[in-house]
Amino acid sequence: MTPEPKGRLKGGPVARGKRRRAEQLMVPEAEFTSYYGRPVIKEPAWGVPDIAGYLFLGGLAGASSVLAAGAHASGYGELARVAKVTALGAISLSAVALVHDLGRPERFANMLRVFKPTSPMSVGSWLLSAYGPLAGAAAVSDLTGILPAAGTAATLGAGLLGPAVATYTAALICDTAVPGWHEGHREMPYLFAGSASCAAAGLGLLTLPPEAARPARTLATLGAPAELAAKRLLLRRLGDIAEPYETGRPGRLLRAAELLTVGGLAGAVLGRRNRAVSALAGASLLAASALTRFGVFEAGLVTARDPKYTIVPQRRRRGMN
Amino acid sequence: MSVDPAARAGYPEHPPRMGFFTDTSVCIGCKACEVACKEWNAVPEDGLALSGMSYDNTVGLGASTWRHVAFIEQSIPVGPPSAAAEGVRWLMSSDVCKHCTESGCLDVCPTGALFRTEFGTVVVQDDVCNGCGYCVGACPFGVIARREEDGQAHKCTLCYDRLGAGMEPACAKACPTDSIQFGPLDELRERAALRVADLRAAGQDHAQLYLNDPDDGIGGGGAFFLLLDEPEVYGLPPDPVVTTRDLPGIWKHVGLAAAGLAAAGLALGLGRRK
Repeated sequence: MTPEPKGRLKGGPVARGKRRRAEQLMVPEAEFTSYYGRPVIKEPAWGVPDIAGYLFLGGLAGASSVLAAGAHASGYGELARVAKVTALGAISLSAVALVHDLGRPERFANMLRVFKPTSPMSVGSWLLSAYGPLAGAAAVSDLTGILPAAGTAATLGAGLLGPAVATYTAALICDTAVPGWHEGHREMPYLFAGSASCAAAGLGLLTLPPEAARPARTLATLGAPAELAAKRLLLRRLGDIAEPYETGRPGRLLRAAELLTVGGLAGAVLGRRNRAVSALAGASLLAASALTRFGVFEAGLVTARDPKYTIVPQRRRRGMN
Repeated sequence: MSVDPAARAGYPEHPPRMGFFTDTSVCIGCKACEVACKEWNAVPEDGLALSGMSYDNTVGLGASTWRHVAFIEQSIPVGPPSAAAEGVRWLMSSDVCKHCTESGCLDVCPTGALFRTEFGTVVVQDDVCNGCGYCVGACPFGVIARREEDGQAHKCTLCYDRLGAGMEPACAKACPTDSIQFGPLDELRERAALRVADLRAAGQDHAQLYLNDPDDGIGGGGAFFLLLDEPEVYGLPPDPVVTTRDLPGIWKHVGLAAAGLAAAGLALGLGRRK
């Protein structure tokens, strides 16, 4: 891998698609001034293992509930059980990570003090407080056989809220001043939905024989291409700001994620009669989803840290460069 | 179109919107504003290291620096053009929370700790903030930050307590040159327009008002500035737009993506085990 020269930011598509002009592709390295190279915006006060991990775990939980409801309805009981337990485990770990990331963890309940549609975190808090108990009831009922009718209802309820749990995190990170997230807000939700599908499908494929995991395989064949396509569109939209998505540590994470997604998809389809291949494919998809979330998270932080990602696109928006 | 943020926040009757006009052309870099702010608001010490950035050792706004004086040293030609001599122009500017009309930090705060006051300013309630950090990444100016010591978000309150008692904020009170002017925002905007016209007539070609326009990306600042160079020279974003302007679009795409995932689930559920 050849190291990219630092400070590419030379023309390329402008962050706002409509204003894109062909000649800007030929513009030399953008000149910009900053205050002693200091960042213009503050890096979000979110921890990498906590919140990046939550992006992955929340996706895994939400999509697992979708998979659980689908498998439950179509008679794949073992897969439904695995997915329900996964959803409960992942959302429980998510809650721990979210509370741990607070500056004042003992005040976590203040999240439900108000409901604000302008705050994706507020919407998410209410969503999780409805979804968590449903995911829990679905798993516990399945494991213990208690109240099967209520368990089915909870499975369906969690399956209905699961898509929102898996995708609202895109709104969470895109509704910030971080250029590498905000400017990608049109593509990020699809990327997250695809990545979440891969994670849930991957866990099903990893833990069950291929014949018992058929719906998981179907979900992988839907989710993986969606994720790959959304990522392409995201990078095209970001233009110059895509640089951290392609270079450095986040670039390496995302490249590995892409290889694992492609490999996992191929393995899931080709290994439909081979337990080992199918399981390996599942592990690849699961790992790919985690790497994607960490890559996206860290790439955004890079665009917050370096003032050029804030200043150059804004100057161009004002027609000053 | 000028929006009345206090009325929009639900105050039927309220005092006029109050704000700061920081005229950097008369700032002498004395940092009295930084000190007065610290003293009055009991803001803790924020590091005592030398930064190497001219006389600026507070480096930027943060949880424990609510006024920050920037120092910029620029090489400029001096004397007759034939002499080709270089001199130094020293720009100084006291930065502060902008108390945006459309305030990203307030919009994204999930607890309601950030609120709009009757003066149209934006304030954090210390007893409500749970330190989620969302406001930090949502501010287009990098103003608000989380303090290590207490885990909560802090920023300029435009001396909400002093305003309530009919006093001006500590920084404006302490400013010896009236670089920091406090008053009803409408009056400040009129005064600023006259001042920038004077400076331009006197040959300051880059003199410009920053965040004075109610039609800009944040609906105008409750604190706005007269700058002698481009905003980014002072560490300010050249064209800030509040992130929540795009939130309807963000929710739309989240909804479509979620619907897609739900449709996939439905397709799975309609299958039959073979």
